[in-house]
Formats: sequence, structure tokens, C-alpha cells
Amino acid sequence: MIELSGVTKSFGQNHVLRGIDLKVDSNSSMVIIGGSGTGKSVLLKCILGLVHPDGGRILLDGQDVEQAERDSFLARFGMLFQGGALFDSLRVWENVAFRLLRGAQKRPRDEARAIALEKLRRVGLGPQVADLYPAELSGGMQKRVGLARAIAAEPEVIFFDEPTAGLDPIMAGVINDLIREIVTEMGATAMTITHDMTSVRAIADHVAMLHRGKIRWTGPVAELDTTPDPYVQQFIHGRAEGPIEALR
Amino acid sequence: MTVTAPLAVVGRASFTALAAVGRIALFAAAVVGHLFRPPFYPKEFLHALIQIGWLSLPVVGLTALFTGGALALQIYAGGARFSAEAVVPSIVAIGMTRELGPVLGGLMVAARVASSIAAEIGTMKVTEQIDALVTLSTHPLKYLAVPRVLAATIAVPVLVAVGDSIGIAGGWAVGVNRLDFNSATYLKNTVDFLEFWDVGSGLVKGAAFGFIVALMGCYHGMNSGRGAQGVGRATKSAVVAASVLIFAANYLLTEIFFTS
Repeated sequence: MIELSGVTKSFGQNHVLRGIDLKVDSNSSMVIIGGSGTGKSVLLKCILGLVHPDGGRILLDGQDVEQAERDSFLARFGMLFQGGALFDSLRVWENVAFRLLRGAQKRPRDEARAIALEKLRRVGLGPQVADLYPAELSGGMQKRVGLARAIAAEPEVIFFDEPTAGLDPIMAGVINDLIREIVTEMGATAMTITHDMTSVRAIADHVAMLHRGKIRWTGPVAELDTTPDPYVQQFIHGRAEGPIEALR
Repeated sequence: MTVTAPLAVVGRASFTALAAVGRIALFAAAVVGHLFRPPFYPKEFLHALIQIGWLSLPVVGLTALFTGGALALQIYAGGARFSAEAVVPSIVAIGMTRELGPVLGGLMVAARVASSIAAEIGTMKVTEQIDALVTLSTHPLKYLAVPRVLAATIAVPVLVAVGDSIGIAGGWAVGVNRLDFNSATYLKNTVDFLEFWDVGSGLVKGAAFGFIVALMGCYHGMNSGRGAQGVGRATKSAVVAASVLIFAANYLLTEIFFTS
């Protein structure tokens, strides 16, 4: 279980997170929605330790993430970045097997390649892409490679940062389905941030809405459409009028 | 506006400059600290060695060739004023090995390598590749900076040695073909006059300049701002800082090596 209590983070005068309280159950899929610039990515980065929160506590299975041994803590996570964040200088299979080629989880090169090919197959990519470089792939293929890299070391927790951003609706649907299948199949805990309501409905067990640095609403995805919260209703229906200012 | 306002501006600028020096010093200390602690990345080191050393050979060689030739012409013209044309071989040799070889070699590597390292790492930062490294349990400083800094510190002295040889050869070619020196006499004067420390000091300078070049490329890349403009600014800052620090370090090392 991931548990956040009173997490705050400011960048100068910009108070991005103003006291986040949130629980994500093990083996469940939590999707965080919210407008651009509301701190969704910062929240994920705080959990991973890429950004250090100014205050509050973040616990993973009861252990404070700030005090956890860094390598073994990070080995429990996989992350799909918004732009893929694939390493340009490495071939596709080397990107997927990055963690398996170095560090504590290092395997023989042949074995790491075999695992990478299997993960690529799992996300619908054939062995012919394994020796290409990321720049030779389309946006959708790069997302799939990023997804294969995120799951390569079979992590317990997977983060997805805007997994469908920049993709056409069909490819977005494919990625959503893959995420749902993989998370269920691996029994992983998933946290996804997105604006895409189709993704929310496809991926989420629970949804939390972030607004002005605080969790405005949280609940099961089934209650998303029926909640009377005006912020949630404005956001999910994409209305310009409502309590959320259109110009931020 | 109060009378003390200009002082505040000077104070702020001084503190900003001192903070930057402190940050660079801490970054350098962290890189040196990681040099001796595993894990090591030999593949990345070899890749950096080829990029920084082997691929810089043409530009350093051409720079040295033309500089050696021009130096021979200048020393001949200047020496003629007091009938000292015969010193051309020895002054070309000492000028190339002590000063021009390492400084011009260092500057050419700064232009080629500091910019490329800063742009590459800056782009990695902007596209979240550095964050991705962290999530994959890999220390970005160890994986990106240490192999490059080590490779540059080793490669630049070798480039300087090659540049020295080509520069002296450039002086010899001009001396023999344009200034009517006897080839054997020119070479004998060069070899007889040159001392080990003339070459050695230049190689030590080369190592220091290599360290500076890669360090500035990595530091500015890792602290790059957002977007294309941020990467562009990081690249420019890396080249300017590396060039200025090369000149400063050159003066300091010359003081240490040759004034005692």
C-alpha cells in the first residue's frame, strides 16, 4: 500500500502540493486526474524520490520512503514516462533490458535479451524492432517500448505518466488495454496520471482528483459519474464554466 | 533608489558568482568521489574515449598543423630583426609543447566536446531520460558524468602529444619549404633543444584541460533549463566556461611549473 499524508512541495513561491492525503491499496489501479499544472507529475516524482517533498510522509507498505535503502526501494518500481524517455544511444532491446544489464538485477546478456524480447512481444512488438534505435520508431511504438521497459524487471508498483498523451485514439485504446491487462496479470499496484477520460475508465479501479495542490475527491471509478462534486463534474465533462478556472 | 542600491547589486552578483563556483566545486568533488566507487561502466567509458579522443584527432591535428606553420613564419620574421632566424626550430618546439599544443588542443576539444556533452545530457534532462535512469536504479552522475570526465582526462593529453608532433612537423614543413632551412639541421635543433619537461608539462596541462572540458559539459548539461532554449543556453555556457577555465588553469599551471 502507498500512503501519503500531508505531503507538501513548493518551487519558490509556487506551492504545487499543499497537503496531499491519499491511500493506494496494493494490487489496485489508482488514476489521478486534474488540470495541467496541478502537480500530478510532481506527486509521482515525490513518491519515487526524484523530487524531495518539503513536508508530510510517504509510506510504502508502512515504510517511510525517505528512509528506505534507495536501490532496493527503486527496484520495486517501474515507470512509463510521458514521452517514453527511452535512451537514444541504446537499441530498443537494451532500453527494455536496461535494469537487467547492470546493477543488482544484472543477468547474462543473452538472458537479458531473451527477457526483453518476451516483454516486447507482451506489448505487441515483434523481434524485428529489438535492434532498432528509439528514433526509428513511431510515437505509439515508443510508448510500447517504454511500457515493456517499465515491466521488464516485474516491479510491484508501476507508475504511468500520461500514457496516452500524443497518441491517436486507436493507439491510445491499445495502450490503455495493455496497461489494464498487464497490471491485472502481474498483480501490480498501479498509479496513473492522465487528463484522458477514456484512459480513466479503462485503467482505473479508483480515481483521485487533484486540484490546487490538494486531493479534491477520491472514490471508486464507478462513482465518478454520479458524484455531485462540481469540480469533478466540470473536469470529466470538459466544461469551460464551473468552479475550475479555464485560464490558469 | 537609495545610495546603497548599487552596493546591493554588486553584492548580489558576487554571491551568485560564489554560489556557482561552490556548486561546480561540489559537482567536481562528487565526480571525483564516484571515480573510485563501483559500479563502473566500462562500455560507456570506452564509448566516451572514442567520441572525445579518436574523433577529435582531425580537428586537433589540423589546428596544430597550421599553428606550427604560422609560428615558424612569425618567429622567422621576428627573429630576423635581430639576426636570430636560427632559433625557429627550437622556439616552434617549445612554443608548441609548452603552450600552443595544450591550450589550442584544449580549446578545440572544448568547442567540440563540451558543447556535445552539454547538449546530449541537457536533452536527456529535458526528455526525462535522467529521471528514467534514476527509476532504473542507475546514478546519473556515475553513468553519465564519470565515464566522460575520465575519458577526457585520459584522451586530451594523448591528443596534445599528437598535436605537438603535428605542430612541430608543420613548423618543419614551412621551415624547410618556405624558409630554406636544411631538413636535418632543423630536426636536430628541435630534438637537441627540447627537454622532457617541455613535453611533460604540456601533457599535464592537457589532462587538466580535459577534466575541465568534460566537467563543464556534464555540469551545464545536468543543470540545463527547460526546452530547446534551456539546452542551447547550457551548451553555450559549457563552451564559454570551459574556455575561460582553460585559460585560467593554463596561467596557474604555468606559474607552478616554470616560475619556481
